[in-house]
Amino acid sequence: MTAFAEAPAIPAPARRLGLGGGLRNTFTLTWRSVLKIKTNAEDVFGLSLQPIMYLVLFTYVFGGAISGGTHKYLQFSLPGILVLSVVFATLGTGLMLNQDITTGVFDRFRSLPIARWAPLAGAVLGDMVRYIISVAVTLGFGMILGFRIETTPLAAAAGCLLLLLFAVAMCWFSALIGLLVKTPQGVQLFGFLGMFPLVFGSNLLVPSDTMPGWLQAFVKVNPITALTGAERGLLTGGPVGTFALRSLLWALGIFLVFAPLAVRVYRRKT
Amino acid sequence: MRYDASNAIDATGLVKRFGKTTALAGVDLAARPGRVLALLGPNGAGKTTAVRILATLLRPDGGQATVCGYDVLRDAHQVRQLVGLTGQYASVDEGLSGTNNLIMIGRLLGLSRAQARARAAELLARFELTDAAGRIVKTYSGGMRRRLDLAASLVGSPRVLFLDEPTTGLDPNGRTDVWAMIRKLVTEGVTVLLTTQYLDEADQLAHDIVVIDRGKVIATGTPDELKARTGGQLLVVAPADPARLAEAAALLEALSGAEVATDAEAGAVSVPVADKAVAPRVVRELDDRGIELAEFTLRKPSLDEVFFTLTGHRTDGDDNETRELENSR
Repeated sequence: MTAFAEAPAIPAPARRLGLGGGLRNTFTLTWRSVLKIKTNAEDVFGLSLQPIMYLVLFTYVFGGAISGGTHKYLQFSLPGILVLSVVFATLGTGLMLNQDITTGVFDRFRSLPIARWAPLAGAVLGDMVRYIISVAVTLGFGMILGFRIETTPLAAAAGCLLLLLFAVAMCWFSALIGLLVKTPQGVQLFGFLGMFPLVFGSNLLVPSDTMPGWLQAFVKVNPITALTGAERGLLTGGPVGTFALRSLLWALGIFLVFAPLAVRVYRRKT
Repeated sequence: MRYDASNAIDATGLVKRFGKTTALAGVDLAARPGRVLALLGPNGAGKTTAVRILATLLRPDGGQATVCGYDVLRDAHQVRQLVGLTGQYASVDEGLSGTNNLIMIGRLLGLSRAQARARAAELLARFELTDAAGRIVKTYSGGMRRRLDLAASLVGSPRVLFLDEPTTGLDPNGRTDVWAMIRKLVTEGVTVLLTTQYLDEADQLAHDIVVIDRGKVIATGTPDELKARTGGQLLVVAPADPARLAEAAALLEALSGAEVATDAEAGAVSVPVADKAVAPRVVRELDDRGIELAEFTLRKPSLDEVFFTLTGHRTDGDDNETRELENSR
């Protein structure tokens, strides 16, 4: 065993941690999340394979029946598949939080003199990287299959940004489930129970005109419909304004409801 | 109720309930600076709950506690700067390498990138993990993981270290290694609060022992004081003819004056004996009555038997139960 030098002197305990310190903690934990994506090959694999699977399946299974051709359908469905991939990717936030709690990593964080909100904020920020991977793979593979952006690159970039904003709001819902449910399996189950009706009860994969009236009413108010509409407008042309505004308002609303709830549950665990 | 600011850890009347279960029913404990205090008890006794309260992870429902003079509730942020915690369930990140785990904690504690890196290398060397430093923790053995966990709790050079069952699940070599590391820390002036189910672990490491059972302190003292209290030795007698078990039990009770435990399944009776003259007398009496023996043993009591002596019941319960209760809230 080697000789043990004294650690850098730790000053007398400080009374509290400022916002700057909290942000530094958050960035350290963001770094950790990103490192974990790099080392967890399964995660990256699943993250990239899922959108590819959706694209291939939906385009060739539904394409002919819905739009009379795969290219025409791809132009219609790709914005929707982008939304679907990113929304499902937010489940990862809840899964990771849940894993941190069950493995005791959160106990370690909570025993350290760091900002109480930093582990949550770090997890959310770190997951941005996962959403970016998801968007990039969906868009890139879509273009290989023949998808063409019909608007400007600037509009397309705005579309990606809007997706990321929405995902950051949605992942607080996922975080709440991750904090409330006991096992990763539970997170998957409850996450999908919450997300499936939202994702598929929309015009994301099919136009809504053939749906029964009650479902059309749901599709109309569904935030996913608004987001999909905005993405279609920004990527393939068409109206953007109200859809984008509604998506932003929804994102803000979801954030304002679920972020404080998640923080509260997290604090109560403390 | 006593409050002494010179103690590194001081707790009085700690109470914690989870729903209808009372995990702690008024626990007092004190750790002298630079010493090892062992919290000894069976599963479910409330050891983990006590450590979690002292490490600011859990709010007590009653009582108060200080660490280095700082209140665990009011001054939690200060307490967190002074303590290190190694949980019963290793709390290192399995998805990161050993080095990155320690760098992360160093950075969270406010060290610069270079300082955190240097500190990580130093601790990895100290815990003989340098060869595995770059590997993902998922690939570590149980003993390596426990050592990394211990290293992680030392990044901030804590003045008080909480070790919740640091050797549970380790093989004998791993245990000896961890013991050596704890002893080394104590020579450096760190105060250690250790929970354990093993009497010999408390015996090996602790200056003071607090025995807790079902949320209550049932004995306090140095290892020697406690051993004396349990009557020193345990006498076990098994008649060759099981039908004469009750007769042997009555005889033992009469001669030792202590309460006899009968294990009908094993066909044996046992009794704690403090008086060195008891065993020979028992042999003479058994011989007089013509009771032949399958077993006659005089030995040090196990923790199970110490508990029986101190509490009148066997060790039972399950610590996971309290943990689950905690999580279900």
